[in-house]
Amino acid sequence: MNVRLYLWQRTTAAVMAPLVIVHIAVIFYATRHGVSAAEILARTRGSIAWAAFYGLFVFAVSIHASIGLRNILSEWTPLPERRVDACVVFFGLVLALLGLRAVAAVVLP
Amino acid sequence: MNTELSVSLWRGAQNGHYETYRVPQRSSQTVLDVVTFVQRHIDPTLSYRFACRVGVCGSCAMTVNGKPRWTCRTHVAKVAGGGKLQIGPLANLPVIKDLATDMQPFFEKWRQARGVFAPTKTRHDAIAQIKPDTPARKTVDAAIECINCGVCYAACDTVRWNAEYLGPAALTRAWTLVNDERDGGNITRLQAIAGAGGCHACHSHQSCQELCPQALNPTAAIAGLKRRTAAAYLKGEITV
Amino acid sequence: MIGRAVKHRDSALWIAAMVHRISGLALAIFLPLHFLTLGLAIEGEARLESFLRWSDQPVVKAAEIGLVFLFTVHLLGGLRILLIENFDWRGDQKQLATLAAALSAIIAFAFLVRVF
Repeated sequence: MNVRLYLWQRTTAAVMAPLVIVHIAVIFYATRHGVSAAEILARTRGSIAWAAFYGLFVFAVSIHASIGLRNILSEWTPLPERRVDACVVFFGLVLALLGLRAVAAVVLP
Repeated sequence: MNTELSVSLWRGAQNGHYETYRVPQRSSQTVLDVVTFVQRHIDPTLSYRFACRVGVCGSCAMTVNGKPRWTCRTHVAKVAGGGKLQIGPLANLPVIKDLATDMQPFFEKWRQARGVFAPTKTRHDAIAQIKPDTPARKTVDAAIECINCGVCYAACDTVRWNAEYLGPAALTRAWTLVNDERDGGNITRLQAIAGAGGCHACHSHQSCQELCPQALNPTAAIAGLKRRTAAAYLKGEITV
Repeated sequence: MIGRAVKHRDSALWIAAMVHRISGLALAIFLPLHFLTLGLAIEGEARLESFLRWSDQPVVKAAEIGLVFLFTVHLLGGLRILLIENFDWRGDQKQLATLAAALSAIIAFAFLVRVF
């Protein structure tokens, strides 16, 4: 960990705090108002608001989770630093790609 | 009281073992008394460290029933559940022999954190007037009483898991200098603690502040350093 | 390796830090699966629907309740860190940590009531 990674980690955390609260509220709303594919997609399809919301969420979590994983791998495994960095960069990219794909899947009409 | 304690002491170096001794329990007995009894009456080859015996020097710190503490200030009655004690050297430091550790890595990290005053005046200048009740000086005073006993360093899991981590004591000393208005070495100091192993490695487990015998708060000091290094980085005063 | 037990890890704040780390790890493992599931909608609504029906089974719902708990506890643990690092020191952190765990359990329980 260093000051640059720290700032990315804490900033994405602060950005995500309200997003997480909204997401929990969405989960509760959905369980009451319908969790079939049709009902979910009816709410998300064509929505710029949801695209922006979840797009931001995906971007932030890809960075945040990667840096968090970096701490765990460097402190709890014997992997050398270069290997750890490679793993978490890969993980972050995979998360971002899968996440943006998921957002596209539910938002694009 | 005529009861006996069953005391396990670490014997050997890094690859050693616990040996058990029977020690008579006395009233107001401290753990240091117990160790001293073993060395004087049972096994003179036992190696351990102490100096003042009265809780001001920090030399007698050892791991007692799993927690790093000052043995001269730890009453046996408080920690010996069921008449048993397990005493080992401080964790996270190389063991020289038995209960004595090599404090060199601890002090090496102290140096790496730039815990050294960088003067801005000479003897020919007027003495700096430092008001004791300014916020900065209060911050320094709250953190200055470290006597390098190593308890926080031994308690810290991040020290255990991250070989580069400078540790709570070194960073707390850096914090006192960062807040000292007479000091001129802040950029170098902040640079030294902003990289790998610096203040950002701290995860706020808070074992340090819970166990510090001087009631210091390294967690809070390190939080302050995180803010100062972040500000310096964003202003371009330090790089990573 | 020296066999010295270190038993100071019974503090509420140390436990809070570990819960925060483990919940983060669990969420990091879960997220790619979550994204892949939602991505099923690319293949059409019916594909997503058939997965969601599979996920109606009690054992999956139980896992979801666990996830809601981990999600909430990770958020609250993160807020703990942001507070320590950016605001004045508080002396009541142990009580707040315990409260955070309780709140997460309550929210997870509310979710349980909704889905069962």
